[in-house]
Amino acid sequence: MSISIENISLHVGDETYLKDISLDFDSGSINIFLGRTLAGKTSLLRILAGLDRPSKGRIFVDGKDVTGVSVRKRNISMVYQQFINYPSFTVFDNIASPLKVAGMAKSVIEGKVKEAAAMLHLEDMLDRMPIELSGGQQQRCAIARALVKDTNLLLLDEPLVNLDYKLREELQIDLQEIFAQRNAIVVYTSTEPAEALKLGGSIAVLDEGQVLQTGITSEVFHKPATIKVAEVFSDPPINLIDCKVEGPGFHLGHDVTIPLTMYMKSLTSGDYIVGIRSNHLHLTPQNETDIAIEAILDLAEINGSETFFHVNYTGTKLVVQELGVYSKKIDSKILFYFDPANLFVFSKAGELILSPKNASA
Amino acid sequence: MAEITLDNVAHSYIANPKNETDYALRLIDNIWKDGGAYALLGPSGCGKTTLLNIISGLLTPSKGRVLFDGKEVTGLPPEKRNIAQVFQFPVLYDTMSVYNNLAFPLKNRGFNKIDIEKRVLEVAEILDLTDSLNKKAARLTADAKQKISLGRGLVRSDVAAILFDEPLTVIDPHLKWQLRCKLKQVHEQLKLTLLYVTHDQVEALTFADHVIVMYEGGIVQIGTPQELFENPSHKFVGYFIGSPGMNFLPCTLEGSHAMVGDIAIKLNEETAALGAKAQGKIELGIRPLYLEIHDTQVQGSVPGIVKSIEDHGNYKIITVTLGKDHILRARLPEGKSSPSKNAWLRFSENWIRLFSDDILLKN
Repeated sequence: MSISIENISLHVGDETYLKDISLDFDSGSINIFLGRTLAGKTSLLRILAGLDRPSKGRIFVDGKDVTGVSVRKRNISMVYQQFINYPSFTVFDNIASPLKVAGMAKSVIEGKVKEAAAMLHLEDMLDRMPIELSGGQQQRCAIARALVKDTNLLLLDEPLVNLDYKLREELQIDLQEIFAQRNAIVVYTSTEPAEALKLGGSIAVLDEGQVLQTGITSEVFHKPATIKVAEVFSDPPINLIDCKVEGPGFHLGHDVTIPLTMYMKSLTSGDYIVGIRSNHLHLTPQNETDIAIEAILDLAEINGSETFFHVNYTGTKLVVQELGVYSKKIDSKILFYFDPANLFVFSKAGELILSPKNASA
Repeated sequence: MAEITLDNVAHSYIANPKNETDYALRLIDNIWKDGGAYALLGPSGCGKTTLLNIISGLLTPSKGRVLFDGKEVTGLPPEKRNIAQVFQFPVLYDTMSVYNNLAFPLKNRGFNKIDIEKRVLEVAEILDLTDSLNKKAARLTADAKQKISLGRGLVRSDVAAILFDEPLTVIDPHLKWQLRCKLKQVHEQLKLTLLYVTHDQVEALTFADHVIVMYEGGIVQIGTPQELFENPSHKFVGYFIGSPGMNFLPCTLEGSHAMVGDIAIKLNEETAALGAKAQGKIELGIRPLYLEIHDTQVQGSVPGIVKSIEDHGNYKIITVTLGKDHILRARLPEGKSSPSKNAWLRFSENWIRLFSDDILLKN
């Protein structure tokens, strides 16, 4: 099966929720919608599901126009952010409900429910009521209900956002296997770059109702087309520094000059913005050619294995992410280093001009 | 601000608890220092909310006493305890201006106008809310509203402690960074006793000086982020802190080696000595960060098979099988390549930890 959406827009009152979106989806593909809150992820998902009608544009399934066809007539399952189960049904009956509605034989239903329950580690809880389950178990029950039907479109709207992160981590691994076993079109929305990278597949980066970039998830991460994409797709936030190319040098802030070598040779004189991810800034030089920068430490956060230094570099706030635990005094000067080969170069308008030569995309 | 003492506190939601499993909160005996930043970390159902409610006064514990600065408050309701609370969702008066929202807790307590203005402006400055003071709260974004909730917690300088219950749940990842930074700065500047409840390790570890890890109704470890990462006192802490968590391998000990089936893993002297004295079920633990993966045999390496490679952008997670069916996960820095099938694993000697019946072996 294939689904195409063409020039989808959605207006609610005076507000534009979605602006001219066109995307294609194929069977067996995993598709991530990555964006911040209010980017339009859920609106787009609801239109794909047939729950809402777009103000403009068309949806085609295998070439056939299904715009406005009710969700009941299409073979779709959806998992929502909030755990939605039937409170008066047991876990078994919750999972079985779409099959019962479809009029399947009892023996077939039993087999399929057990299979879906096993995938989500719910085998021992089939007789329980939803209220007797933890939050994570309730959401797994909702996911099992979505998976039990062999649908060809599986939509998941930030399904793990309300769960403990440890459970989230485990379900992210399980879901990858579950998706791989099916031949459905999977569409998954997320606000988290790490989650998008874990799930892989293809990505559409959304912001303010528009699709900013599409592509293979890891390639978009390594080659964000604009500063906005790099921002949405970096956690901690990507560091951005104003710079100027003049003659043979690349001037960062007012005290650092990088020779224009290698992949940066093509840059012409003018103003630019460089982007560098926090894990590419280090407290010690990694190569002879690394460039040093001096900044003032605002704050250090330690998460057990890593330290995040929030620093002020001539008025620009930067984050340095270093493996290991370090304690440094707030307001002290710190020196850090980066390899110029890890710089993204953007135009003042925010368009990508150069991406790091080390990018593995 | 106050020192909080939990004197043999325990709680059961059952009327006549008989054994340990009837307790949502098992015996806790602790003192939390004045001016400290504490985090209560654990999965849902671990008892952290029960403990928070006991401290705030929403719940009277079945056993034990709660003291603020040595004065017993066990039976006092929340409003008599002089604490401020910030919840998961912003609690505000939508029709009031930001200024009046911040001033409300002070007006309520009869502070004079001059003192109120001084304090509101001070807190607004810290939270970057100065420019929005005249706006109606209803017109603000979710994170700005949550900042005001934080501000309402911070505005009273006379409170014994400020309790935060998962305050960043509804906030986008990029704004979480900003708000967490703010909280940390606030703590540096105002030296308040802060207690932060969360199931998110990053939030707990970056925020707190002391992290209290809870599991099945009890405290399993209190430590700095570094202590929890390097020397988890219980297997649960090893698993829960770190992403992915610590790897564990059941093993037997033979002199200076841990034997996993017929695979020998070299221990350093100190670890081997600890192991020699140990009883019970022994397991070896190692963080994914300290499990090296090589494509050729290196000294001290053991063979494994690569099952999967996940690219996380800044690093890769390699899942490998050791021996017949032991699954291990290794974290590889960006730019380093991984063998695709046959791999050689080296356990960084100084980072191997041994556990006996789930408890860390230590001197």
